[in-house]
Amino acid sequence: MADLLFTHSYLILLFPLLSFVTISLRPVQLSPKMAGRFAIGCQGLSMLYGLAVAAAYWQTVIGQPQLYPARSLVCFDLAWLNFSPTLTANMGIFLDPISVMMIVVISIISFLVNIYSVGYMKDDPGFARFFALMALFSFSMLGLVISSNILQMFVFWELVGMSSYALIGFWYQKPSAVAASKKAFVVTRFADTFFLIGIIVVSFYTQSFDFQTLNSPETAALLDHTFMLGIVPINLLTLATILIFTGGWGKSAMFPLHIWLPDAMEGPTPVSSIIHSATMVVAGVFLTARMFPLFAASEVTLAVVQFVGAFTALFAAIIAITQKDIKRILAFSTLSQLGYMLFSLGVAKMVTGIHPGAEINPLGYSAAMYHVFTHAFFKCMLFLGAGAIIHAVHSNDIMDMGGLRRLMPKTYWSLLTACLAIGGIFPFSGFWSKDAILLAALQSGHYIVCAVGLATGGLTAFYIFRFFFLTFHGRARSKFHDVRENSWMTFSIMALTIPTVTAGMLEHLFVSEVTVPGLAYTPNFSHPLWLPTLASLAGIAGISLAWTFYGRGRTEAAERCRLRIAPVYQVIYNKFYIDEVYLFITHKIIFHGIAAPIKWLDRHIVDGAMNLIGEFLQQGGKAVRLLQNGQLQLYLGVTTLGFIALLFLGR
Amino acid sequence: MTLIHFVVLSLTLCAIGVYGVLTRRNLIGILLSVEVILNGANINFAAFAHFRASDPAAGAIFPIFVMAVSGCEMAVALAIIISMYRRKKRLDVYKLEELNG
Repeated sequence: MADLLFTHSYLILLFPLLSFVTISLRPVQLSPKMAGRFAIGCQGLSMLYGLAVAAAYWQTVIGQPQLYPARSLVCFDLAWLNFSPTLTANMGIFLDPISVMMIVVISIISFLVNIYSVGYMKDDPGFARFFALMALFSFSMLGLVISSNILQMFVFWELVGMSSYALIGFWYQKPSAVAASKKAFVVTRFADTFFLIGIIVVSFYTQSFDFQTLNSPETAALLDHTFMLGIVPINLLTLATILIFTGGWGKSAMFPLHIWLPDAMEGPTPVSSIIHSATMVVAGVFLTARMFPLFAASEVTLAVVQFVGAFTALFAAIIAITQKDIKRILAFSTLSQLGYMLFSLGVAKMVTGIHPGAEINPLGYSAAMYHVFTHAFFKCMLFLGAGAIIHAVHSNDIMDMGGLRRLMPKTYWSLLTACLAIGGIFPFSGFWSKDAILLAALQSGHYIVCAVGLATGGLTAFYIFRFFFLTFHGRARSKFHDVRENSWMTFSIMALTIPTVTAGMLEHLFVSEVTVPGLAYTPNFSHPLWLPTLASLAGIAGISLAWTFYGRGRTEAAERCRLRIAPVYQVIYNKFYIDEVYLFITHKIIFHGIAAPIKWLDRHIVDGAMNLIGEFLQQGGKAVRLLQNGQLQLYLGVTTLGFIALLFLGR
Repeated sequence: MTLIHFVVLSLTLCAIGVYGVLTRRNLIGILLSVEVILNGANINFAAFAHFRASDPAAGAIFPIFVMAVSGCEMAVALAIIISMYRRKKRLDVYKLEELNG
C-alpha cells in the first residue's frame, strides 16, 4: 500500500498541473464559477494525496529507522538530460523530513487559500485566470520541495518565480502592479544567476546534481581547496556554497535584496498570503536546509547565513513598526520572520574554541524547519485576515480602519490567535518555534544573535499588536459601507486557527525527527528556564507598549511620540531609503554613468564605421552603374579592345 | 595570289565592319557593317579551304551556311528595325537606349 502510494507520488503535482492546464487551455468550456470549483477540487485531491504520502512516509520511513537510517526515500528517479556520460540530470521525487513537511504545509495552505479566493476574487473579470495561475504555482512549489537534485530544483525554482511574477502583476491594468512584478522578477532573477553559477561550479567538480551526493562529506572534501584569484585566496567550497545561497538570498528577500517583497504586495491578497509569506519566500530557507551539510562544511557560509538572517530580522522589524499599509506591515513582518529562520540555520554551528565552527548543533536546523512550519500557518492567516479587512473596508491604510471588532467578530478572534502566535505568547505555536530558535542560538554560543532574536521578538509583538489594535479596536476612523464577512473567506481563516494554536505540540516531533541528514544525534532539551521567560517578557512588553500607544484604537500618544523623533521616524518610514539607493545606483550610476557612454560609443563609433563602409560601397556601386548605359556600341568597342588586348597579352 | 593576300583582305573587311559597327549611329548602317564582317569571315574560310584543305568542298560549305543564316538573321533584324521605326520614328541608336541599367 505504502509502496503504491510512493510510486505514484507524482500525483501530488499532477492534480494542480491538471487544474492549470484545464482552466487555462480550456479543452472544455468552464464557467468562472466552475473553474473555481474545479481548482479547489484538484487542490483538495492533491492535499489528500499529499497527506496520504506523508502518513505512509511516517509509517514506513520514520517507523523503521533500521531500514531507513538516513530517513530519506527516493520515490523514483528518471534520467532527464544527459550532459555527458558521467553527468546526468534526473527528474525524481525525494522524500525526507523537510520535503514531507513542506508537502503538508503547501498542499493544506494551497487548498485553504483557493477556497478563500472564491470569496476574495468574486466578480473579478480574471477569476478563472487567477485560479489557473494559483494552480501553476502550487504545482511548481510542490515540485521544488520534492526535487531529488539541484538542477530539477532550479527548474521549479524558476517556475515559482514565473508564477509569482504573473500573480503580482495579476491586475495588469494597474501600473504599480506591473512595476512591482517587474521588480520582483528582476531582483530574484539577478540572485538566481548566481545560484545557477553555483550549480555549474558544484556539478563541474562533483559530476553530479544529486542532493545525496552533494551533501556527502566526500563532496565537501573534494571542493575544499583554496585557489588564488589574482591576489585574493578563495576557498572553492565557500565560493560555491555562497553562490548557491545567493539564490535563496534573493528568493527569501534578505537584505539588501529584500526590496521586491514589500512591492509584491500589489498582487491580490491571497497571492501575498500563499506565495509571499507562507511558501515561496521560504524556498530560500528550504534551499539552505536542503544543502545544509555542504554549507556547514564551509567555514564561512553559515556565518554569512546567520549574519544576513539576524540583520534582516531586526532591520525589517524596525521598518514594520512605522508602516501604515496593512499588507506592507505584514510583508516586513515576513522578512523579519524569514530572517529568524535563516539565522536559526546559521546558528546550527557551534562557536568552539579550538575548531571555529567545527561542530554542528542540529537544534538550529530543526528549529528553523519548525519555524517554517508554524510561520506558514499563522502568517498565511494574518494575510488572509488582512485581505478580508481590505475586502470589507476598501482601503489598505490602517489609519482608515478601527472598530472592526464588532463588524467582523470571526476574523477578529482568529487573527487574535495569529497575532499572539507571532508575538510569541505561550502556548501559541510561535512561542515554541521562536523559543527553539533562541535556545539553539544560546546552545551554540552565538549570544549576540540570541540577543538580536530576543529584541526582534519584542519589536514583533509591538508592531503586530499596533496593527491589531488600530484595525479592530476603538472607533472607526472612516466611513465603512456594508462591512460583512464572506463565509468562503472566514472558513479558511478559522480553519487556520487550528494549526496556529496547536502546532506547539509538535516541537518534540520536529526536534527529534527533522534533523540534519547523516548526523547521529540525541535531542538535547536542557532548557534554561530564564530563556522562555525572557522571550515571553519581551513579547508581553511589546504588547503592553502597543496597548499604551494604540489601545482602544487611539493614535494621539503615538503621534506625539512620532513628532518627538521626527527625523528618525522619517528615515525608518522611508525604509532607510534603500529603494532610493537602488534607484540611484541603477539610474544615476549604471544608466547614466555606464550605459549612456557605451550607447554613445555604439551609436557613433561602431555604427559610424559600419555606415562609412556602407556609404563607400554605395558610392562605388553608383559609379559602376554608369558603365551599364545600354549603348551596345560602347559594349562592343570595349569587347573588341579587350579581345585585341588578350591577343597580345596572351602571347 | 597567295594565302596571305586573302587573309589580309578578310582582315581588312572585318576591321572595316567592326569600325562601322562601332561608329555608325543608324541601325541599318550597323546592320550593313555586320554583313561586311560576316563576308570577311567567309572569304577567310574559302581561302583556307582552297589553299590548305585536302578536300576544298568542306571549306566551301561553311560560307554557304553563313550566308543562309545571315540571310535569316537579316530578315528578323529588318523586321525589328521596321517595327522600331514605326514606334519611334527614328533609328538613331544613341536615342534608343532603353535597356540601360
